[in-house]
Order: sequence, then structure tokens, then C-alpha cells
Amino acid sequence: MRVAFKGLNAGTGLALNQSIGGDLTDMSSYRIREHPILSIPERKEIPFYWQGSLLEALEGETISAALFAHGIRIFGHHAKDQSPQGIFCANGQCAQCMVLADGQPVKSCMHLVQAGMRIEPLEGLAELPIVHETPATKPVRLVHIPVLILGGGPAGLSAAIELGKLGVETILVDDKHRLGGKLVLQTHRFFGSAQAVYAGTRGIDIASRLSEQVAQYASVQVWLQSTALAVFSDQKVGILKDGNEYVLVRPDVLLVATGAREKFLAFPGNTLPGVYGAGAFQTLVNRDLVRPAEKLFIVGGGNVGLIAGYHALQAGIQVIGLVEALPEVGGYKVHRDKLVRMGVPIYTSHTVVSANGKDKVESVTIARVDEKFQPISGSERSFECDSLLIAVGLDPVNEFTSKAREFGMRVYAAGDAEEIAEASAAIFAGKIRGLEIARDLGRSVEKVPDDWYHTIEILRSRPGAVYPEKLPEERSGVFPVIHCTQEIPCNPCATLCSQGLIYIDQSDIRSVPSFMGDASSCRYCLRCVAGCPGLAITLVDYRQHPQTPRVAIPYEFTRQTIRKGDVVTVLDTEGNELGTADVLAVSTIRAADRTCVVQVQVPSGYAQRVAGIRVQDPTITRAMNQYVQHIQDDTIVCRCERVSAGEIRALIRAGYRDINEIKAITRAGMGACGSKTCTALILRLFRDEGVPASEITVATRRPLFVEVPLGRFAGIDEAKGGQND
Amino acid sequence: MTERAIPHYDVIVIGAGSIGVPAAMSLAGMGLRTLVLDSAASVGQGSNKHAIGGIRATHSDPAKIRLCLRSIEVFSTWKQRYGEDIEWYKGGYVFVAYREREETTLKNLLTVQKSYGLNIDWLDSFQLLERIPDLNPNDLIGGTYSPDDGSASPLLAIHAFYRQALQNGAEFRFNEPVTELVIRSGKVAGVRTRSGVYGADVVINAAGAWAGQIGRLGGMELPVRPDSHESAITEAVAHFLDPMVVDIRPDTGSSNFYFYQHITGQLMFCITPSPNIWGYDTRETSSFLPMVARRMVEVMPRLKNIRVRRTWRGLYPMTPDGFPIVGWSREVDGFLQAAGMCGQGFMLGPGLGELLARVVTGNAVDSDQQILAMFSPYRNFSGQEQLK
Repeated sequence: MRVAFKGLNAGTGLALNQSIGGDLTDMSSYRIREHPILSIPERKEIPFYWQGSLLEALEGETISAALFAHGIRIFGHHAKDQSPQGIFCANGQCAQCMVLADGQPVKSCMHLVQAGMRIEPLEGLAELPIVHETPATKPVRLVHIPVLILGGGPAGLSAAIELGKLGVETILVDDKHRLGGKLVLQTHRFFGSAQAVYAGTRGIDIASRLSEQVAQYASVQVWLQSTALAVFSDQKVGILKDGNEYVLVRPDVLLVATGAREKFLAFPGNTLPGVYGAGAFQTLVNRDLVRPAEKLFIVGGGNVGLIAGYHALQAGIQVIGLVEALPEVGGYKVHRDKLVRMGVPIYTSHTVVSANGKDKVESVTIARVDEKFQPISGSERSFECDSLLIAVGLDPVNEFTSKAREFGMRVYAAGDAEEIAEASAAIFAGKIRGLEIARDLGRSVEKVPDDWYHTIEILRSRPGAVYPEKLPEERSGVFPVIHCTQEIPCNPCATLCSQGLIYIDQSDIRSVPSFMGDASSCRYCLRCVAGCPGLAITLVDYRQHPQTPRVAIPYEFTRQTIRKGDVVTVLDTEGNELGTADVLAVSTIRAADRTCVVQVQVPSGYAQRVAGIRVQDPTITRAMNQYVQHIQDDTIVCRCERVSAGEIRALIRAGYRDINEIKAITRAGMGACGSKTCTALILRLFRDEGVPASEITVATRRPLFVEVPLGRFAGIDEAKGGQND
Repeated sequence: MTERAIPHYDVIVIGAGSIGVPAAMSLAGMGLRTLVLDSAASVGQGSNKHAIGGIRATHSDPAKIRLCLRSIEVFSTWKQRYGEDIEWYKGGYVFVAYREREETTLKNLLTVQKSYGLNIDWLDSFQLLERIPDLNPNDLIGGTYSPDDGSASPLLAIHAFYRQALQNGAEFRFNEPVTELVIRSGKVAGVRTRSGVYGADVVINAAGAWAGQIGRLGGMELPVRPDSHESAITEAVAHFLDPMVVDIRPDTGSSNFYFYQHITGQLMFCITPSPNIWGYDTRETSSFLPMVARRMVEVMPRLKNIRVRRTWRGLYPMTPDGFPIVGWSREVDGFLQAAGMCGQGFMLGPGLGELLARVVTGNAVDSDQQILAMFSPYRNFSGQEQLK
């Protein structure tokens, strides 16, 4: 007999490493080598040097991935205060992951590692490399195009497909090496409407499908590794094409589908290495296939935080807990339930007080909040962890839209760049914008049907009412138990039942599903169990053993972690332990797409309440005996220029109201990221100080929106690597 | 209805910018009750914050030379006097010559500059490359080098002056555009804003690019119009460049360009547009970066790898002859002009501020009178500055 908690395949990186190779110096310890959803590609090993030591990287991975694979998370120290620097955005937007690669300062999250490359930490300011030859310059190319789409995520791709169908000449630019945007990081099945937007399909697979469709249309050019830098007053958009050639594009219509950026939080220790945004975390785990953490704590109970926690568990990372300041999590209840069923405690009405540690996160302190969301003294608790994931909301990336509007361009926005919502809404919004743009360009296209606008509103809607769970009274036969009690826009289950017995009102897919059959009508095909994106349906089968029925539970961890004959702990939707159960079978069904179905035998008393299997040892989530007090005042507002909340607060209290002036004095917002992170934090400080918004003058925004070497504007060809760094 | 008591000041300065703030510091420092009004929300939000921070005394006329020499004294001693770092760095200025034409221009000018006692010399290409090893040596003839010039942060400097002005007792009111110059019997009586009337014996027009509009409130037609220049700043890198490098070769779109490395590591650069771009448009253009990048990497190939962070445009309040307009109005008593700094307001500010205070208090000395004569609002503007 094996014991429970085998969902996590490795407690530490070393254990995993030893089990595979045994030679610690030979192989990187922090790689994800198996994953329930992602396939791990075979890649060639190449050598590189970090501070003179020979290490292995995988061909085609970024420098940051190669370093993280070896547990190296400090990439240098800041010039101003020598604070440790490392990965923050993992998205090419900031400059905190800069290292020296063969003497050249580069962004390690964007620059690919090369065989033999010598990588050094960046300590303070970089030396500008010496150049001996006068480089050949050339004029900048100007491209006219009917439609330019910024961003190849769900919205941009969907718009490009519609425009492609109509033969409209379109350029789609994206700064990554593959299309899909954040879809490529989403290993879970999507919600939404199965008819309208691929609901039930995993994000990674939606990315592939949309990319393949776009490739079919000759009128759509895709520029990958191409970063939009600015919209200029002469209605041209500056783009660094292939990370190399600076091109000006003059579109008749601009569609901004640049997605969202994450909000950040001001708290002591908030810039310690190990504090990540959810996007960076998911990039490291699901794109780079490295484990940036062993013990993760999550701040924020929206869908992003909940899903990131689930992804962490799937990657073999322990999740110690999640705090949410509101009394209820903001994300879908089914996402929340998934997490608590895995054994992750969720602390609502709690906030993060501090991240503690010297050069890295060693623990987190949280506290209960009062009605003004202020921590209640005496309620502090600390937890051991090595990483903190911040998922406290998203803001649209709207600088291109606002500049284009200011300069009188015909501009549309779609997806998160227009309004923060689920990817399913972005897909549908892109489709609508594509048609609207075609009409705007005078193509003979039917008007977008009114019900499409109705659909998009439904897809964008926030989670709605939660109904009390009603368990069936039946104690015989076989039938599904649907643990989905909240109004959310989702309907795949209604299309999955082979007998058509699961019903959702198709005029409003937010309504909760119900089983229309009786104890004899279900064929036990398991498609609803394996196919529900919320993993919220079980099948209870009383037919063989009415007293100890068989329950089929969805399970999305690697097959190796659970076997017939194991004893597991089963939990209800709230994560309450119901008891232990024998595993009767572990199976997959053809339609299930990597979701396993685990069948367990449990007493009939609680069989219907069984909603999941605990995968995480509950003892790891216990609070420390004493809470860790954080004395240092190191709450940073501007990470690039290392400006503290204390400095900004002092100015606010001294009467400063013009953020331009605060910027001039402190340099907050003048750094590499272009005030993308600190703007919202400064406004938050004003709010906390009780200053009404009407008194505040906001800072002027100027391009470039990403830093680019001067030579690119002179047309100097630097073909190597083809990366924007 | 009772009449609201009108607050009365000795001096009202219109414009909390490069000139108005140091002027207020000096005026209040001399004990004058001083009020500064600005339409923006805080100090330096007009053109001051768009300045890149170059400060030189090496002009070609005695007036600007004298004012800027004094300014350099103020900038360079600020930290030791007041303890605040305004990022002054004595890196010098270099005007490079890659052709005989510029060599001749610069050498002719050098004679004039030396005659005013300025510390400036000609360096041949070898000496210049010792000073700036990264200059492109191909065809380099040489250049002028003035080691006493330098740079400071306009953002920090104006705040330092602002705090000192407050300390001296000056008052500032923001978000208050001046809508009317109140004149009684041909004499300044005050100004009106949306908050009402402020009384004053003297009103100083230090409104920079908007000085023409303010002049008109007093019936003056000042020949000041803004020319929109574009600039940029890079990431900070380790120190590699001491002087401001100026290349005065005209090229398509620009009559010159210049760049320097700020003490904190960032490179800042700018062009002078040719033809001029008149007006108030400060929206970013797509032409600036390609134009200036090519010129910069040609003069200094090492710059090709430095990352450009931000671009912006700022207004140069130009006069027909390239010299400021400073002096009393002949139409309205007590209306003092301090306008048309032609993009040099930041470096002229502290020196000119002190001069304005002396003028207002009747303490102008002979050298001040000479400057006032050269900068007179009523001069013949047909002359041309030798080097802008």
C-alpha cells in the first residue's frame, strides 16, 4: 500500500535530481521533467559558464531559464542600493533580469543562451561595450498596410483570422517567438461557450489552433519577435521587427490587442528575489519548464492567482497558502474549490504584511484585515516559503490606444487591452473587432449580429450568484454529482454528455448546469467528469456496492503519482477531509485530453460529497510557531529606480499633488519599465493618504514603451540572436 | 457687497520655470514680497523639465557669458552651500570639427571667446581622442574644449531653487493661469487669475514659450515664438564620457546635435530642427530617433548599443537674433520682461535671476546695464548670434 500526497513528485529539486542522474554538478536540479499536461520536449544540452563555472543549458532556452534550472535566482545587484536583482516580469518589459552575456548587457528573459556563452551577473551599471568600427547605417523602412494588429494573443489572433478570411492585408506583430500570448502558459481547460470560443479546450491548444488558422491566410503577415515601441504623432507605429530591424508602419486601422499587465503591491520585502508576478511565474513554470519555487505562497484570490496555484501544484511546487483581502475570493468558485481540494488553505479577509528574508524570500507574514483592509495587529501569522506570487489584478496595456487616439488614428482595442476579462471573452472580442474593422475599411461585410454583442457581455461577466449545493437524494444506480454552484459563463458539460442529459440554458450560459436524467439513464461514459473545465463533476455508481459506491473523480496530476491500490484522502468541495479511500482504478478516456479519472470506493454516507483527492501534505501549510516581524522599511514602489513608499508618502504628506513633480524629485517612474509598475502604486498611496483623485495630476507618458539600443534606429544590422534585448 | 482685500506683493513672477523660480529665490532673498503664478500644477512643468541639463558659459557674447559664469558658480557650489545634490558635473563641452568649415567657424569663435577670458582651447584630433577616446577618429580634425562647463539635473535644480525660494519667503500658486494684467494709470497694479486679483508693484514676464501671450496682456508684441526640439534619454551605463559633445554640421532635418552622459549614467541627446518646427506641438515624431541615431553612431560608434529609454519634445522660446529679451516695458511701468531664452533658460536662470532682483530693487550695476542694453526688448533684432 502506498500513502497519499503523491501528487507532488518531488519535495526538493535535489531529490528529483538524485533520482535521475545522481551527479549534482552534471545536471540542473530545478527543471520540470514531467508534467501532467505539458509535453517535455527533448532538447540538446549545451554548455555555458556562470561566473566561470561550467553549467548545462538546453538549446533554445533563455538565459534566465538556464540560470533558474540551476537554482540561480540572483542575477546581479542594483547600482543605487546594491539590492539583489533577478526575474520580475519575465516578459522583456523591465530590465531587472539583466546579465552580461559575453560582455554584452542583455535581458536574460528574452536572450537565448548560446553554446559556450560566458554569463556574468550585472553588478551596478553595465559597461557600454567598446565598438571599434564605424557601423554601416541605413534609412528606416516605411510600410503601409490596411490593418496593423499589435499582439498575437487570443484577441489579436481572432481578429486576424476574420480579416484573413476576408482577404484584408494585415500585419500582426508579437514580441514573442510564438503566437498565442498568455494562452501558451495556460495548461487548464477554458471556460466560456463551447460553441463560440473553444470552451473545454486547454489554453495551450487554443493557441495552437488559432495560430494554425492565421497561417492559412495569405493576406495576414505575422511578425514574431517584433516589439511595438511607440505610436507617433504622424500616425506611424515604430516596431522593432525580428528584434533587429526598426520599421515604421503606417496602418489605415490600428488594432491594439496588447493584453494586460499585472498590478503590484507595496509591502515590506516586496522586491526580494522570489517575489513574482503571476505572469512571470507562469512563464518560468509553463514556458521555461523550470521550478522557480519549492514552497509558494499566493497573494490574491482572483482567477489568475487561483489558476497559478493550480499550475504550481501540477509542476510539483508546494503551495503553502493563499491570501485574499476580500471576504470571498474574486475568481470562479470552481477554481477556488480545485485549489482547496488539493489541500491549499485560503485565507480570506487577510493580507500580506511582509515578505521576509535577507537576499531571498524565506517566509511570509500575513494578517487578518479590518473593514478598511488594514492589517489587524495581533492577528499576524508567518509561513515558511521561498516564493511569493502576486496576483492582485490586471490593468489594460493601453498606452498604444491612448496615444493613437490622441494622434487621431483609427484605432480599436480588443481583449484585455480594452477590458480585463477571461481569454474566452478576448477571443470573441477579437472576432467582433475583425469584422468591425473590415466594415470600417469599406469591405462588404454584414453588420456584426446583435447577439454577438450579447455573447461578449456574457463572456465578460464577473462570477455571479452562488447557490447552495443540492445533492441528489437518490442512493442507487449511477448519476453525476455536479459541484458547480456559481453562475459563470461556461457550458462544455452540456455538450459532453453522450445522452444529452446535462442541461444549461443556452440563452444564458451563466446558469448552473443540472442533470436531467434519473438513476438509470447515465451510461457512465465519464466524459462529463474528465471534460468539465472546473473539475467539478463526479460520477457516483451505486450499482455494484450500494453501501460503498464507486466515485469517479477528475485528476490532473501525472499518472505515476497515483495507482490502483493506493489509499488517498478524499475531500469535499470546501477542502474538508471526508476520509480515506481505496483507489479502484486510474483511467483516461479518449475524449479526455490528459485529465485522468480516478475511481475510489467510499462509504455511501459521503460518496456524493467527494469532490477531490488531496495531493498535498497538510502539515506543510502550517503556520510557524512565531510570526516573523519585518523591521526594515523596504517597501519599494519604483523597482527600477529603487524608490521607497516612505519617500513618496513623505512628499504626499508635505502637500505634493503633481505626480510629475514626485517623479522629478524621486525618479519614481523614470526607470527602464517606463512607470508601468509604479504608477498604480503611487495612486494607491495617494488613496491611502486620503487624497481625492481630483487633486492629483497624473504623470505624462512618453515613448518608448520598451528600451531599444540606439543603433537599431540607425538601421544597424545586428542579426545575431534576433532578440529584443 | 464688501470688497475682498487684495493681497499685495512687491513682485509677481509669471512662470514657475527655469527663469521664474531662481528669480523668485533672488527676489525673496532680497526681502521682496514675491508671488509666483503658473498655469501648471507644479514647478518646472513647462519647458524646464524638457531641458537635458547642459550648462556652459562658452557663448559668443559678453552678456550670456557673464550670466552663465555666475550661473555655473551657483550650480557648482549648491551642494556645499545647501547640502542638496542637484547632480552638477563639471564635464566640459566639446564642439567637434570633422570638416574645415566647422574648424574655421569654431576657431574664429574661439578668438572671441578667449578675448572674454573664457577657459576654452582648441584640441587637435590626438588631444581630443585622449579626452574622448570613443569619438570616431576618421576625418576628425579637432575641436574646442571648455573644461569649466558642465551639466546638472534641471529637475533637481529647479526644486532646489524652489525650496530655497520658499525658505526666503516667496509664495507660489499653481494651476492659476494669468488672464489679465491689471494696469492703473499706465502702471502695473497686479494680475488677475480665476481666483481673483493679486496686487503688485512689479510683474515679471518669465512665461517662457508663452511669454508672447503674457506680453500682449501689457500691450507688448514680443518677438518670441517657440521652436519644438526633440530629445531622448537612455538607460544608465557606467561612466564613459565626460564632456557634452556638440556637432554643428548641418544635415537633413537638423542643424546640429549634441549629447552628454549625465552624472547618474544616462546619456541625453537632442537636435536643433532644421527647418525650425514653430509652434506648440510637443507630440513625439517618428523622424527624430532615426535621424539622430545615425548621426550619433557616426560620431561615436560605441553608442550603438546604448538602450534608448524615452523621447520627448520641448519648446525653445526663440527670438529673431537668438538673444534673450530682458528689460522694462516702456508702455506699462513696472512690467519687466525676462523672456526669449532660446532654449538656454536653464543655464541662464540663476545668473539672470540675480540680475532681475538687482534690477527690481534698483541695484543694477554697470555690467548689468550692459546686459540690459544687449537684451533690450526695443533693440533691432536683425543681428545674428555667432553660435547658437
